[in-house]
Amino acid sequence: MNRYIETALSYDGPQVTFMEVCGTHTMAIARHGIRNLLPRAVRLISGPGCPVCVTAAADIDAVLALLDANPGLTLTTFGDMLRVPGSDRRTLERLRADGADVRVVYSVTAALALAREMPDREVAFLAVGFETTAPGTAAALTEALSTNVDNFRVISLHKLVPPALRQLLTTPGARIDGFLLPGHVCAVTGSRPFEFLPADFGIGGVVAGFEPTDILTAIGMLLAQWRAGAPAVEIQYRRIVSPDGNTAAQAALAEVFAPVASTWRGLGQIPASGLLPRPQFARYAVDLGEAAGAALEKAAPALAGADAGGCRCGDVLRGAIAPSDCPLYGRVCTPRSPVGPCMVSSEGACAASYRYRGVAV
Amino acid sequence: MKAFADGDRILLSHGGGGLLSRELVERLFLPRLANPALAALDDAGVVALGEQRLALTTDAFVVAPPFFPGGDIGRLAVAGTVNDLAAQGARPLGLTVAFILEEGYPLADLARVTDSLAACAREAGVSVVAGDTKVVPRGQADGIFVSAAGVGLIPAGRCPTGAGARPGDRVIVSGPLGEHGLAVMLGRQGIAFAGEIRSDVAPLNALVEAAYAACADPGAIHAMRDPTRGGLAAALNEIAAASGCAIAVDEAATPVSPEVRAACDVLGLDPLHLANEGKMVFVVAAETTDAVLAALRAHERGRLAAVIGRVTDGAPRVTVRTELGTERLLDVPVGEQLPRIC
Repeated sequence: MNRYIETALSYDGPQVTFMEVCGTHTMAIARHGIRNLLPRAVRLISGPGCPVCVTAAADIDAVLALLDANPGLTLTTFGDMLRVPGSDRRTLERLRADGADVRVVYSVTAALALAREMPDREVAFLAVGFETTAPGTAAALTEALSTNVDNFRVISLHKLVPPALRQLLTTPGARIDGFLLPGHVCAVTGSRPFEFLPADFGIGGVVAGFEPTDILTAIGMLLAQWRAGAPAVEIQYRRIVSPDGNTAAQAALAEVFAPVASTWRGLGQIPASGLLPRPQFARYAVDLGEAAGAALEKAAPALAGADAGGCRCGDVLRGAIAPSDCPLYGRVCTPRSPVGPCMVSSEGACAASYRYRGVAV
Repeated sequence: MKAFADGDRILLSHGGGGLLSRELVERLFLPRLANPALAALDDAGVVALGEQRLALTTDAFVVAPPFFPGGDIGRLAVAGTVNDLAAQGARPLGLTVAFILEEGYPLADLARVTDSLAACAREAGVSVVAGDTKVVPRGQADGIFVSAAGVGLIPAGRCPTGAGARPGDRVIVSGPLGEHGLAVMLGRQGIAFAGEIRSDVAPLNALVEAAYAACADPGAIHAMRDPTRGGLAAALNEIAAASGCAIAVDEAATPVSPEVRAACDVLGLDPLHLANEGKMVFVVAAETTDAVLAALRAHERGRLAAVIGRVTDGAPRVTVRTELGTERLLDVPVGEQLPRIC
């Protein structure tokens, strides 16, 4: 056991709250029961780290409306997106059973291959995810352009992590003492984009790996910073992450996408937190604006773009409440019949909490 | 139990082997086909023939891609059917196979599937004694679907059933978990990993015979399941529910190959939720555990067999003691298993 794990397991100081912002951390912490190992004074909360979950309800509504209006469209996306309910409780899975051409892919590469196989149909990739998956979308767009795959489309709902953390910390009432920074995202971005945490907010962050010992070590490092009153950005996951990250992937991202304001579930609109394909890729980009308008018109005004009745995914994504604090959790909202996206995606805080719930529940 | 609503439709998840598949069986099929043999919800149904007992099973195979690392749809059809019989303690007597083929399907591929199917039947020591072929117009099927059925004889004294687990019993798996589900998933999406992951698809009737040969009393094997869709998690939850017992699994003792573990970490999958096609779960009386384990390990298909848990008193549920020493529930997955995106 390294000294940081000892620090984590033996901590008996004042209450501290650390937030993880990566779906894989959410799952690993729940799966290994790490909360049960830690002293009560160390509180671990989940933030906006699940790509499916942070997708705004209005964007889901717009995608459903887009399919309603374009029966000839083939929509490809990651599997978890299929079960996220829109404001009217419809899902892509349900639309598929009703006849829409919706297909699950594990990567954008498969979507591009499908576009090549079906040159007479428009094949759109509904792109969600952070700096981890966005470089893949960038590569696919570059390839589509250079090989003239003219029927390929991208609906970019990609999001950037650092602006969301800044937004969280400027929200009144935020109480976060440190971040477990996302290992996969930082493999691309490096740790430098998170230096604003100590510089602007006096809060530390540790880039963590995904093994139980990685996570416990990173928590110990955060506690050591906290005790010393010396917040910093450190890397525990050194076998994968460097301060500079993957510069080739960063260059690909910068070449294909421009930062744009984006709406996050639970956090609202955040400047420069989304990725819009640059003008040379405009013919591949699907603008949801029009479909969003149609969705708004159809929906009851009170419901449009809103979380389903009583769902508190937004509060969960801000770390304001734990999944089990939501009145719907485990009662009307379960992985079998999820009300909100945090219970849909296996990376969502609610699904992870429910699937790996402690034996006491 | 709640009925389905008007206008509900079949979703892909209804075929995923998880919670939704279970609901479909319990709400739609069981009440309409009501009979005790089916209601046991074992891997094969048991019918009487005079003093003898026969096991009957049927399975449809729609795996995509039909050829995957370690096997193909033909080998899968035979092994899947033989293993359902073996899980009932039955020795296979004969199999039937039906093909649904899409217009335009290459005959060379059909020959390859049939050769593989025949080789697997020889390996299991059973014959395909009847068959059927249907061809549908292009676009109405995805290349090749196979449906297989099997009949087996259950020797006297054997009575494994999902409802048979008792407190104190031990849980044994015959080898490392998750290989088939992962091999097919990786094959489907053309994802490559260092260290090829191959499906474990194999007939297990000889392995089960070896386990029985090691038991002085064949009744000491209380339950068997081949943990296909839904993986070990679904198999153990079925046994816990049918037996009215709790099952406690020790994660550190559960065999998973380093390749599968690494791929699962990268993809965000749980090996205990992934399908197996060449593994058997045994629930055996405590005093017979060592003999069965030794017999499995002496067999080529069971070299890495391990005792992974025990049956305990308590509400029907499955818990896992993690490698960190914490305890959590092992749930049945809801539908398809999906790789992570964060």
